[in-house]
Amino acid sequence: MIRIVLPPHLRTLAKVGSEVTVEVVAPATRNAILDKLEADYPMLRGTIRDHVTLKRRPFLRFFACNEDLSFEPADALLPDAVVAGVEPFFVVGAIAGG
Amino acid sequence: MAHVRVLVGTRKGAFILTSDGKREKWEVNGPFFGGWEIYHLKGSPVDPNRIYASQSSGWFGQLIQRSNDGGKTWEPVDNKFVYDGVPGTHQWYDGTPHPWEFKRVWHLEPSLSDPDAVYAGVEDAALFKSTDGGKSWNELSGLRKHGTGANWTPGAGGMCLHTILIDPVDPRRIFIAISAAGAFRTDDGGQTWKPINRGLRSNHIPDPTAEVGHCVHRIAAHRSRPNVLFMQKHWDVMRSDDAGDSWHEVSGNLPTDFGFTIDVHAHEPETIFVVPIKSDSEHYPLDGKLQVFRSRTGGNDWEPLSNGLPQENCYVNVLRDAMAIDSLDECGVYFGTTGGQVYASADSGDHWTPIVRDLPPVVSVEVQTLP
Repeated sequence: MIRIVLPPHLRTLAKVGSEVTVEVVAPATRNAILDKLEADYPMLRGTIRDHVTLKRRPFLRFFACNEDLSFEPADALLPDAVVAGVEPFFVVGAIAGG
Repeated sequence: MAHVRVLVGTRKGAFILTSDGKREKWEVNGPFFGGWEIYHLKGSPVDPNRIYASQSSGWFGQLIQRSNDGGKTWEPVDNKFVYDGVPGTHQWYDGTPHPWEFKRVWHLEPSLSDPDAVYAGVEDAALFKSTDGGKSWNELSGLRKHGTGANWTPGAGGMCLHTILIDPVDPRRIFIAISAAGAFRTDDGGQTWKPINRGLRSNHIPDPTAEVGHCVHRIAAHRSRPNVLFMQKHWDVMRSDDAGDSWHEVSGNLPTDFGFTIDVHAHEPETIFVVPIKSDSEHYPLDGKLQVFRSRTGGNDWEPLSNGLPQENCYVNVLRDAMAIDSLDECGVYFGTTGGQVYASADSGDHWTPIVRDLPPVVSVEVQTLP
């Protein structure tokens, strides 16, 4: 079970708490867990990734295990601790705006 | 007893203001979608409890929300706005080709006959339509591809399709306006389009009378006379008596003819309202005095309306979609400001009262007149 922490606005939109969990079949990649997240919570489609290109929205970042994974390939394997559910995968809104 | 519901979109959420027909005491509900930009909300004329809202954010992109109970509860519907075919390019600010990129929905216009049909005007400029209550969207790409699209250029606020007027007599006829491309009309439900900018003059563009390139800020019409259009252009208030085929200026004695919003009285087709703004480089009222101007002659002769509005130290703006008119017997007029005030007049603009004073900057105001 992979744990995902969403930013507050997306928690409100998806009507979830601070963490959601998704189950994916190996290999556990970023695209795999976001695909499953969007399947479980369709209202999140387009809010984290572009609908068509599946590219990360520019003002969002992906963090896990104290690392910025935003620029890792979307099909790269996630860290073992994330796959094991020990550490969460963070979707973080950039600090910007007023 | 009849009552009104005012739908207010702001930079930080939506608000719904309700009152009875006297429009003296108001109930304020919101914010809905707190923290998100709400460019526009609008209810279906067929089913007033069906309301659509455009919710967007620089972080999370575009969402469309739908209510079936007059705004008490909401559900997100489809937010996938994909241009038809190869998007191509339009002109960028520096004149170079720039790919069409979807940014947000500026305006939602529900059908006059079907609560599940709704149009969306988007940035970069295009017109989308849903026929299933917002569950899916398709571009009416005849507009973008009719021939002049490659020459369209964004205005300072982006290249937005912000005005959608459906002809109440012939719903296949639709007028739209784009900053800074101009006005366009379809007579076949959106399949084919033509620019309708003859008579417009914009001295800030290379060819002041070009077929496209005009920064039209808003168009309004009275439901009984769909061929008579009123336009607030970047500069100039304009009028057309032939469904946009030609325009003439009716700025008349306005102290400045720059502005964003324009609207028409519910019962007097020749009575129109504008809010003059000092200039395109100073987006606030002249001399710090907030005034609505009303013409009862379809333009040219204008009178200032200031009773109840701040007449000193007022430096707010009134954006293009931030004025609305109710259809009660004594016609109500409403507008919102970038200072967060929403003003109401229950007597066609003669007297004004703030409904609320301290909302986030107001982007849009719509009003529903309910039985």
